[in-house]
Parts: sequence; structure tokens; C-alpha cells
Amino acid sequence: MTKGIVKGIIANLVLIEVDGPVSQNEICYIVKDDVKLMAEVIKVLKNIAYTQVFESTRGLRPGDIAEFSAHMLEVKLGPGMLSKNYDGLQDDLNKMEGVFLKKGEYTDPLDADVKWQFKPLAKPGDKVSGGHWLGEVPESWIAHKIMVPFYLSGNYQVKSIAEAGQYKVDDTIATLTNTQGKEITVTMVQKWPVKIPIKTYKEKPRPFKVMETGVRTIDTLNPMVEGGTGFIPGPFGCGKTVLQHAISKNADADLIIVAACGERANEVVELFVEFPELDDPRTGRKLMERTIIICNTSNMPVAAREASVYTAMTIAEYYRSMGLKVLLLADSTSRWAQALREMSNRMEELPGPDAFPMDLPAIISNFYSRAGYVILNNGSTGSITFIGTVSPAGGNLKEPVTESTKKAARCFYALSQQRADSKRYPAVDPIDSYSKYLEYDEVIENLNKLVSPTWVDDVLLAKNLLLRGRESYEQINILGDDGVPLVYHDRYWKSELIDRIILQQDGFDKIDQSTPMERQKYMLELILGICRTGFEFESFEEVMPYFIKMVNLCKQMNYAEFKSPDFHRFESELNETVAERRVK
Amino acid sequence: MTTQAFQRIYTKLQQITKATVTVQATGVGNEEMAMVSGRLSQVVKIMGDLVTLQIFSGTEDIGTDAEVVFLGRPPVLKVGEQLAGRFFNAFGQPIDGGPEVEGKEVEIGGPSVNPVRRMQPSELITTGIAGIDLNNTLVTGQKIPFFADPDQPFNQVMSLVALRAEADKIILGGMGLSNDDYLYYKSAFENAGVLDRIISFVNTTENPPVERLLVPDMCLAAAEYFAAEKNEKVLVLLTDMTLFCDALSIVSNRMDQIPSKDSMPGSLYSDLAKIYEKAVQFPDGGSITIVAVTTLSGGDITHAIPDNTGYITEGQLFLRRDSDISKVIVDPFRSLSRLKQLVIGKKTRADHPQVMNTAIRLYADAANAKTKMENGFDLTDYDERVLRFAKEYSLHLLAIDVNLEVDDMLDTTWSLFRKHFSKAEVGIKEEFMKIHWKE
Repeated sequence: MTKGIVKGIIANLVLIEVDGPVSQNEICYIVKDDVKLMAEVIKVLKNIAYTQVFESTRGLRPGDIAEFSAHMLEVKLGPGMLSKNYDGLQDDLNKMEGVFLKKGEYTDPLDADVKWQFKPLAKPGDKVSGGHWLGEVPESWIAHKIMVPFYLSGNYQVKSIAEAGQYKVDDTIATLTNTQGKEITVTMVQKWPVKIPIKTYKEKPRPFKVMETGVRTIDTLNPMVEGGTGFIPGPFGCGKTVLQHAISKNADADLIIVAACGERANEVVELFVEFPELDDPRTGRKLMERTIIICNTSNMPVAAREASVYTAMTIAEYYRSMGLKVLLLADSTSRWAQALREMSNRMEELPGPDAFPMDLPAIISNFYSRAGYVILNNGSTGSITFIGTVSPAGGNLKEPVTESTKKAARCFYALSQQRADSKRYPAVDPIDSYSKYLEYDEVIENLNKLVSPTWVDDVLLAKNLLLRGRESYEQINILGDDGVPLVYHDRYWKSELIDRIILQQDGFDKIDQSTPMERQKYMLELILGICRTGFEFESFEEVMPYFIKMVNLCKQMNYAEFKSPDFHRFESELNETVAERRVK
Repeated sequence: MTTQAFQRIYTKLQQITKATVTVQATGVGNEEMAMVSGRLSQVVKIMGDLVTLQIFSGTEDIGTDAEVVFLGRPPVLKVGEQLAGRFFNAFGQPIDGGPEVEGKEVEIGGPSVNPVRRMQPSELITTGIAGIDLNNTLVTGQKIPFFADPDQPFNQVMSLVALRAEADKIILGGMGLSNDDYLYYKSAFENAGVLDRIISFVNTTENPPVERLLVPDMCLAAAEYFAAEKNEKVLVLLTDMTLFCDALSIVSNRMDQIPSKDSMPGSLYSDLAKIYEKAVQFPDGGSITIVAVTTLSGGDITHAIPDNTGYITEGQLFLRRDSDISKVIVDPFRSLSRLKQLVIGKKTRADHPQVMNTAIRLYADAANAKTKMENGFDLTDYDERVLRFAKEYSLHLLAIDVNLEVDDMLDTTWSLFRKHFSKAEVGIKEEFMKIHWKE
């Protein structure tokens, strides 16, 4: 084992003189009094290893000893991860004692003493390789597959497999032999380095299946797909986090992984408090039962922040290999990029734009490419849908992190300061945002089958009406209310109707906060019906009060239980209102 | 801080810059404190046997033969009940002529709270200012800055908030505070008869700028003592964080670091987060709430300092002079308290969220109408009405001299709705209309 001696310290960059071989990204532990501080090698120069320490380096001295581990930063994968709250290095935060975090305290991400009800899926003699399902244990409501360790990429044969029964994670549940007859024992636990993607699937086709989120401005206007990627950039105060939380509460996924990366601790506390209380609308269980939270808040060590997104992605890939639909949310990827910048700065690398490292675009697109819809070797399918937020400096979308992410992600949900200022939430700008998936033939086909045969045409019509509405609004602002033809007012208010009823959604109202696809279809068709109707007005002054009345009735519909008596009462009142001015 | 026996003294300085010195020494820990010619300093970099120290009060007149004594410990503050009512400098030394504080030494800038041990903030802090209580409600455990231009009366508003908020301890961290403002706070606290609840750490413009770097950590170490150990509600006021950041950039510049946006160090976000994230609601009832001031240059919030701050804090408050009523108001558009959802409609009346949003929407319509008017267009009847509403809303609610209970703020808003608008234009949920819309 390689050992080393601390030679230099600059903030969390520590230079270690080593007495043997070291590898890039190798993990080492610096021994300080009776604690060990974890660090990662990020550069090697002759016999000096440059390491970033995942903890505060206060009190470290030259001459302190370092022990190298001969492996990269790994996560421990096995049953028991659901509902856990981890830090960026996969330490179980609940196992840590005391109110304050202690330096050098690392805890077991899994529960060594819990027994799991194992059911074998493979039998002796089966030919297997990495990722093959050997058996399963029920973890909450998920059938957690026990897989052949991913690193076993060749051909193996099952020699023996445990009988159905109760086992702990470290018990041997199978023995495999390789082609030379060498035996390998398999437990329910395996380790995997976070920076390397798990690729034990057969193929990665284009995603095609729409993924419901319950958020109308996404589902109706710019749909997300299973295995898709998207990002939400926006200045502070525009509701990035609120929107992500709304998605996580209602999304149609088997498993949600939330990576709180360098963000506010109180926002994570909100998840800790709310998720165990909220019901998952699909399973009737608590949301927390399908959630894993990776939490590296902004005041936690910066190097661990960089690791946290990889930790989250690796856990997502592990569950995807079981044939599950995983939704991964990262808030915020800008903080991750900033962690990269801090380290690059300390190593005195030549800076790229805004002092970010030169390879930032490559790092970001590499990360996004780990998401996707896959067909496993046994024919099952699994997916990771990834939505990241970006916090652009100064709200300027021309900064390096936003630009790099735009190249990597397929959906763009631009949050606009203007909409947020006028409390039009969610503040997703309907004109600037896009979903590239709306151009995929397979997605169009899927949507038209799922919702209605004319759905995509309806959506495109709504988008066009919104655009025309904005153009009219600009003309009205330039030329004045009476300086434009009456039809401009009509167009503008029809787009307002779409905006206020379909796009705006009250995230804090029990009913309005999540809209199932069936209801979204009903409302869009209703609103488009009104938009297609010609109305008679004498003067522009009549337009606004009339539309405001309709907006109010539709809003009450949004607040009412779907197809309840109240809902229908408001609807018939709306129909009467529409009839008042309809062109005969 | 006197020299103790058997401490090794180093005398050969290798390098002197405006803020740092480098000395050949061994056995020194990172971030350890030291005395250089009697001036307090801290280790910021170690390369082999070369130790770089940042000297808080500057390196003027330091010679290459200066005595360097390492103190073998990180920066500390002595905490105890005796802190209450006292004024200290950035090093935690009394500046009010009183005796040294007795108590236990705690490390400043210590570890952070385990996120799973935090409680969700849920207690309302009322200030009587409607621009805050009604539209941007504050909650214990929150961190929020005022984004203000240097000419705005933020110090007055801060002291109003401090005096009206029912906190057990108020800790003032003054960074680059002008002597006049320091005396203003002192007399405001004295006149209100609350001096025994106040602790101040003050770095005035008369002191060297780099000393400021210690002020937030000193304040928060004291705050943690009262909040975590004594379970008290602590309010920390930090003014002005822009000057703190300027000091950060001075040090990083002296250490030859590559600056990122606006000449600020690349670690600005983490540096600020370490301070603001000390705001917390502890499980045993204690809490730390941080209200800070970040001064802007020319109202530019895209500058690195307000921008990074905004991403860390739970909202921000803007002050604006409203020329229609010639008073300073809390700007309803740009101000935001992110934690308000935890208390409004829950700890306050159920109609609070809808009333708040509706009033702001109508206020936004008024802004549009105003633009129209300024551009010389004819106003509709609705435009006229929103303009009248906006003026009264500013005068009776948004102005910072208003002091009302939250229920009265809501009733006042309802009466303004009733006066200027029809039911449909207000468009609040029927259940609330039934109760509060008085025909």
C-alpha cells in the first residue's frame, strides 16, 4: 500500500509526497490525530500527489501521514438505500450523532444488520455476466434485484445460489465460476466507482415514452420523456427549486433521486419534512418510500459537492439496471461547476471563460449522457430521466454553464424573471422554452396514442397562439390600445387565457398543484375551443373585462375537483359567458 | 494574548506583501493563529517549510526580522452569558472599556449542522412593516439580505426590524461601518432599553479592511452558543456584506489567485454560504436568523456579490423610494421571502396567500398602466382604478413607517380591493370572498 507525507496545504488542496505508485482519482486518507480525512488525487507531479480533501483542512500539518486506498471514489450498492438521506460521499446522515457534523466521520450507507427476504431468480448452471439478475428482495415496494457485480464483464456460470430466505446484505447469496473455474462469491452488496458509467445494458435507443409530471406547462407544452434530459435555468427567485420539487412529487417514476448539490439546507429540510408526509398519488404510499436524497448543502465541503452528483447518478444507474424508471433531479449543477472552478483555480490551471476550467462543456455533456432509456440484456427496460437546474450568474443565460448545458440537454425550461416578478408561476417562459422530444416521430406517435389523436397538433396550435399573443401585446404597447385593430386585443387575451389557465399553476393549492394528463387534455381542449371562437366587440374596452370573467371561471374550475358538481357548475357558467358574444 | 513560555519564535521572514508574510517554520497547522510583531495573523498557505500568514491589520512597518509566534490554535472566541450587552472588535476584544469576557473558548467558523438534524423553520417573525410581514414574511432560522443602494436608509430599517422582532439576543456584526452608523445603532439600542440583549462585533472604517473577515464568524460563534446551548432565539444582523466581500477579494488578489467574475475570488459562493448557512432552527427550540445588508452599486443585482448572495439566501428585500407618496417602501416586485410559504395561511389567516398575490398582481397592472400613461396613451377605466389602488396600497401598507398587526394588514388590503374593484377583477377563491368581501 502506498503511503505519503503531507508537504503543502492551500485551503482544501493538499500536496502529498508519496513513496509508491498512485493513480489519478485514487482515494487516500490523511491521518490527523485520531481521525482520517478522505481525499482524492486530482493531479500527480513526479512524486507529489495533489489531492482535494473532502473535509475542512483546518489544523492539518506538513508531516501528517496519508494512506492510499488503491481505488477511486466508490459507492456501496445494495438493498436499503431507499428513503435514506446521504451526503455527497454516500454517508448515511441519520447515522451520524450530534447536531453538528464531525470531521472525518464516515458512516455505512447500508444497514449491515437488517435481514432481507431473498428470492432466487437464477439457478445453478445459468450463464451470467455483470448486471444479470440473480435474485430479488423486496425493498419497500420495489423488487430490488440482486445482480452479478457489474465489474464481471466476461462469461460466468452460477455454481450455487442461496435458497429463498432471510439474509443480511453481507451474506453470500451466490457463487459463480469463470471460464477458468475460478470461484467468485457474490453478496447483496457491490461497490462501483462513481465517475465511471455502469453500462451493463444491451442498447440505448431513442426515448419515446412520455413521462407525466403533473406540471401543465411541462406536460402540455414541452413534454419530458422517460430517459430524457432537461434543464431549468433561471435567476434566483424564479422558482427553480419549487418547480423541481413539484416535479418530484408528482412524476410518474418508480424512484426519485434528489441531489441537493451546494444549495440551501432549509430547502433540503423541506424535503425531509414533507416527503415522509406526502402521499405518492400512484402507489398510495408515502413519497419518501420511493426517494433517495443526496444532500451536500452549500456549507458542506466543496470537493464533496463535486462528488455528490456522481454519487447520485451512480445510484440511479444501479436502480436502472433493475428495470426501473428513475427520475434524477440535481439542484443545482452550477454549484457543481463552481466546485470544479474552485479546484482548478487552486491548482493554478489556465482558466477558460469566467474562470471555469476549459473542459467544462465536456464534463457536463458527459454527465448528461449517462441518463437515458435502456434495454437490458434480459429484455426489460429501465430509464434515468435527468433534470438539472442551472443558476446562471446574474441571470445571464450566456454564461458558460448554461451554454454548455444547452448543448447537452434536450429540454429547456427557461424561467423568466419577468414572469416571476408578476407572480406568473411556474415562471417557465412559454416562448423561449422547448422540448426537442416534440420533434421525435416516436414521441408524437406515443402522445397521440396516449392522449388524443390530435393532441400534438393542439399543442402546436396553443404554442402558436401564445406567440401571436405576445406579438400583439408588443404592438399594443408600441401603438397604444386604440392604435391597433380590435383583433389584436382579441389575440392577446386569448393567449392570456392559455397562459393563466393552462400554464399558470398554483403549486400550493391541493388540487391545482398536480394535474393528471386526462384533465390537462380536457382543459386544453376547452380553452382551445374558446380560442377558436370568434367574438364580437364594439370597442377594445369591452375585451378585457369579458376575458377576465372567463379567466376567473376557468380558474375556479382549476381549483375544483375534476368533474365535481362545482367543476361542472363553473363550466356551464363559462359556456353561457362564451355564448354572450359568440359571432352568430 | 501574550507569549507563553517555551514557544518557538521565528524571526526570518522570507517574503512580505501588503497583506501577507512568509516565514520558514515547521510543525505549523493550517488556519492556525500567530502573532507577527504583536499583530494577529492566520496561516493561509503551507508549502513545505514555508508558511504564509495573512496579517489582519496589514503589514506596514513589518521588518524581515519581525518575531513570529505561533499560537497553536485556530481563531477562537470566549463565549458566556457575559457577552450580552458588550461591544467587541473583530478579534473579540472589548472596545467598550469593559473587562475581558470570562468563558469557554470556542473555535470560530466551526463545523456545520447536519442537515437531517435541522428543524423546518416555522415560527413567524413579525416586524410590523407590511412590506415584510404581509408580502415577504420572515421566519426564524431564515437568512435574508437587504439589497440596498448606499443612500437608502437600510440601517434604520435594520434597527427597526431588530427592535420589533422578539428575539432573545441580537448580535450586530458591523463590517466597514462608518463611525456615525455605529453610534446610531448604539444609541438606537440604548434608547429602546434593550442593550442587555445586544452583542456587537464592530469593524469600522477606521480599522484595517482585512480584519472584517473575522466579524461574521465571531458573530455566528456567539450566536451558536446562545442558540444551540441556551436554546435562545438569536437574530444576527450583518452589515455590510459587500465590504466583507471586498476584503475577500483583497486577500485573494494578494495571494495571486485567478479572479473570477467582477474580480471576486472563485470561491465567493462557498465563502458566503459558510456564513449564511449558519442560519438554522435547532431541534431544541433555539434558532439563528440572519438579516444582512448587501449594498449594490447603481442597483446592479447581476454583480457577483448580490448575485451569489441571492442564490444562497432565502430571498431578498429591496427598498425603493416611491415618488407617488414620497416615502421609502419595501419593493413588492423584487422582494421575496422564500420561507414565507411555511407560515402564511398557516400561522397567519388562511386568506393571507391569496390576498398577498392578488394585491401584487393588481400592483403590477398599475405599473403597466403607469408605463402607458408615461408613453402618452389613453387610460382605460381599469387603468385609472389600479393606479388609485396602487397609490393607496403604497401609502397604507408598503411604506416602511407603517406599523400594523398582520390581520390589520389583511383587512386593509380587503378594504382597498372592495373600494376599487369588482369581485371578478379581484378573483380570489370563493370561500374567502364569502367571509371577507364586505358588500
